[in-house]
This record gives sequence, structure tokens and C-alpha cells, in this order.
Amino acid sequence: MLLIESLTVSYGTRRILDNVSLTIENGEVLALIGPNGAGKSTLVRAVSGVVLAHPGGVVRKNGVNLLSVSPMERARLLSVVPQISSLPPAFTVRETVMLGRTPYLNFLGQVSAQDEAMVQRALERVDALDLAERPVGELSGGEQQRVLLARALAQNTPIMLLDEPTAHLDLQYQVGLLELVRTLAHDDGLAILIALHDLNLAARYTDRVALLVSGQVKAVGTPQQVLIPELIGEAYHLPVSVIPHPFDGSPLVLPRAPRAFPKS
Amino acid sequence: MPLPNPMRRLSPFTLSAFFLLLAAVLSIAVGSVFIAPGDVLRVIVGALAGSIPPELEKHALIVLSLRLPRTVLMALTGAALGSSGAAYQGLFRNPLADPYLIGVASGAGLGAVIAMSIQWPYSFWGLMAVPFSAFLAAMLTVFSVYLLARVGRTVPTTNLILAGVAFSSFATALTSYLMLRSTGEVRRALGWIMGGSTQAGWDAVLGILPYLVIGVGVLVFSGHALNLLQFGNEQAQQLGLPVSRAKTVILVAASLSTAAAVAFSGIIGFVGLIVPHILRMWWGADYRRLLALSLLGGATFLLVADVLSRIVIAPQELPVGIVTALAGAPFFLWVLKRAKNQGYW
Repeated sequence: MLLIESLTVSYGTRRILDNVSLTIENGEVLALIGPNGAGKSTLVRAVSGVVLAHPGGVVRKNGVNLLSVSPMERARLLSVVPQISSLPPAFTVRETVMLGRTPYLNFLGQVSAQDEAMVQRALERVDALDLAERPVGELSGGEQQRVLLARALAQNTPIMLLDEPTAHLDLQYQVGLLELVRTLAHDDGLAILIALHDLNLAARYTDRVALLVSGQVKAVGTPQQVLIPELIGEAYHLPVSVIPHPFDGSPLVLPRAPRAFPKS
Repeated sequence: MPLPNPMRRLSPFTLSAFFLLLAAVLSIAVGSVFIAPGDVLRVIVGALAGSIPPELEKHALIVLSLRLPRTVLMALTGAALGSSGAAYQGLFRNPLADPYLIGVASGAGLGAVIAMSIQWPYSFWGLMAVPFSAFLAAMLTVFSVYLLARVGRTVPTTNLILAGVAFSSFATALTSYLMLRSTGEVRRALGWIMGGSTQAGWDAVLGILPYLVIGVGVLVFSGHALNLLQFGNEQAQQLGLPVSRAKTVILVAASLSTAAAVAFSGIIGFVGLIVPHILRMWWGADYRRLLALSLLGGATFLLVADVLSRIVIAPQELPVGIVTALAGAPFFLWVLKRAKNQGYW
């Protein structure tokens, strides 16, 4: 279980996260939704310890405060799938995924047969075995995203954070990735926090949804509880309708009055 | 510029070690008196065994007390410059970082000349003052250049090179001033500052060794950390690397290696640019391999440059820094163009 308690983050005088508290159970996928600039990425970065939170904020796993342990120790408990940015192009896919084993290696980075096997299995799970020996720079955005997921899988942690992992994927791989994320939680027992733009993907593939607006958690609950016209309309400054999904009855959010530019 | 086909099947380390050995033998053989490579090996083996064949006695002095120490010093200097170049490139995530281009070498040169102009008494600590002062100045330079060149979390190539050039010019100007003002000892340093191995003899080899063992020793074990840093500070930390500590350790080790090279062999540019770059094209970007190979490759490259410096205007000698600059500057321009076209990083 991952416990986030009163997490506050400022850049200079600007408050990006304001007293955020969330709980993610083992075996659960929690979606983090909210408009651009709401602080979704900052939350992922703060929980993974790369952005400094105000004193008093705590991220707990079994009584261990993840913000006060060493990066090595933290990386054994929590893995991150970042938004793809410029990856070093000359590394091969296998070398990149192998870096996920870092928290288990000595400072020389010597790998064992077990590390090799974990990497192989991670590549298999994201359907990237045939990419293994190719340089990362040659891959499409979607393929790079899967490589980063494989790297997090190789890290073999009980907690996983994902930051907009579907942004560069086509429909097939969006669904494939979210199915895999759900399997990781439901079958392998991981606690997963996933920042998502697409409300309808969040509704179909995650167990609970947290709505973040201006750095504050406005609502947490099942997709049915959070994805309602009142909350979504206000958060996104856009009137929406919500209808049941024809396949499984999950909420389907449809914007009603398209407007070229938001007012703010 | 791919590696010639038949060489691809050999291990990179075997190949690099072989070329280093070849360059070392060549470096001992070539000079005002040419000594056949076979004789070179027999003199060295004989000296190690304790009995030099009588017909080779006339070569023994040249080989053992002139050319061998010079060769070893050049090899150690090249190893330091090659591996610190690779480390700077990885640290700044920038293929054009080089101890010379980012100003560290000139900074270290200034530090060395300041120490020389103070005229320490000839003692152990007097001799230590030069490399130590070079190291302090190198650290000061690298931090200043980094802070000036940094934009947010990245260090753009143009900023890095411009800040490096500015610092380099400033340090060189101060160095020249100190040299013009002073007399005797420091004036003779003019040849040294251009990268000439005027400090022949085993003293220089023994002097540089402790710095290199520490500096280069740390660098060859930093490969995994540098691999992680290629993904940026945040991802490196999320994967378990204590980023600030690792970067500081690598920066200090690279600057220590550079300072040692400068203090004992003068300012020799572009070795740290050319060598890691070519090796990366041949054998990939894995820093665990690249650092060790840059060490061997740097030594080989500088030995070859040193041989050239002895033969192009024989019987006179060119400072080896001139040879590396003549080869390095066009290479730099080529890399710059290539990096621009391909978005190399």
C-alpha cells in the first residue's frame, strides 16, 4: 500500500501541489486525472523523490518513508514510467531496460543471469522482444514508451508510477498498455498510480480515480463517483455529458459545447 | 567512419591493447637515432631480467632513461585525457565536451604556472605544489564553466563551448602575463605549456602516477553511473543513483586526471574529444566499456601524435599539443556539423 500524506510542493513562490493526500492499495490502479497544469506530473515526481516536497509531507510504504530513504532503497520499492523525452539514442533497447536492474547491482553495474532473465521477461511482457537489439533512437514514440515500461517492470517494485504513458501510443497499444497495467495490479498485486489525460481510458481501466485541480485533490472515488458532469465540467471549464459505456457500463465522458480556446 | 571489417570480430580490448603496444614500441624506436623495434624489446626484456646483451649496451641508455620514460609519460597523459574526455562528455551529455574545449586544461595550466612562479624550495612539497595548484584551478574552472553554461537542467553545446573558450582565453592571458613577467624557470615552461614532453625522465612518471591512479581509477569504475546519467538526472535518480554525489565524484576525478596531465605534460588539446568519439562510433555508447577503451585509446593516440611531433620537422621537435590541435580542430568542426545534422544526442 502506498500512502501519500499532506504533500505540498512549490516552485519558487508558486504552489504546485497543495496538501495532497492519497492512498493506493496493493492490487489497485488509481488514475490521476485533471486539466493541464493541475500538478499531475509534479505529483509523480514528488512521490518518486526527484522534486523536493515541503517538510511534513510523507510518502509511506509499510511504515517506510520513501522520501527519507536513499535513492537506491527507494528504487527497489517504487518504479517510474516517465513521459518520453529525449532518450540517449545510441543505447539499445536491451541496455536501456537493463538499467532498471540498477537498484540490485553493485556500483560496477555487473549483471547476473537472473538480471538477464528479468529483462527478457520484461521485454516479453511489453511485446518488445523483437526490438531488443535496436538503438532506442531509431524507435517510434510509442515503441520508446513501451521500452520505458519494460525498464520499470525490470525494476520489479511493489509500487509503480506512470506519467501519461498513453500519450504517444496508438489505439492498439493504448489498450494493450492499460490491460497490462491492470494485470500488474490485479494479478501481481502492485499498487499503481497512473496520470492519464484520457478520461474514458481512466474510466474503463482503473479502479479508482483522483481528480486533481490546481494542485488540490477535488475528488477521489470509483470512476462512477468522480466522472460526473458537475465535477468534470467545473474542473475542465467545459460542460460535459456522461453516458454509460455500451460495452461495460463504465462512464463515458462527452464534451457538449466545444470551444476553441479555454478562457483562462 | 565504421571500423574496418576484419577487425570487428576481435574484442575491442584486445584490439586496443594491441595498438597501444604497437604505438609504444614505435614511440621508443623513433627519434634522432632509430632503434629497431626488436632491439627495443630485447633491451627492455634484458633490463627486466637484469642483464642487457652487450651488443645493445649503446642503445640501453637511450631506451631506458630517455625514450621509455617519455613514452610512459605520454601514454599516461593520453590515458588521463582520453578517459576524462569521455567522462566530461557523459557528465555534460554533450559530445563536444573535452578537457581543453571546456577550459579545464587552460585553467589547470594557469594553476600550475602560478605555483611555479612562487618558486617553492626544491622539496617534496615544492614538487607537489604544481599539480595540486593545477587541480584546484581545474576544479574552479569546471564549476564556473558549468554554472555559466547551464540553462535550467541542460548544458547546451554552444553555451558550454563559449563559456569554455572565454575561460580558456582568460586563463591563457593570465598565464602568458605571468610567464612574461618572470624569469628563468617559468620562461622555460613556455615549451611545456604548449604540450611538449620537456619533463622527460622517470621523476615526471613517478610524479603523475599517484594522481592518475586515483583520478583514472575512479573514472573507469564510473561507467554504470554515466550510463544512467544519459537519461537525465531525474530518471537516473528514479533508477537508484544518488545523482548529486555521483556527479561530484566523477567531476572531481575527471578534473584531477586532467590537472595531472597538464601539470606534467602541458596543455594538450582534443585528445579527450577525438578518442571517445571514434570509439563510440566503433563500439557503442556503453560507458562501462567506453571509459576503459578511451583510456587505452587516449594513450595510443597521444603516443602516435608524439612520434609525429618528433619526425615532421626533424631534427627539431614540435610540441605535441600543436600536432593534436592540427588534427583535432578539423575533427571538432566535423563533429559539430554532424551533431547539428543528426541531433546526435
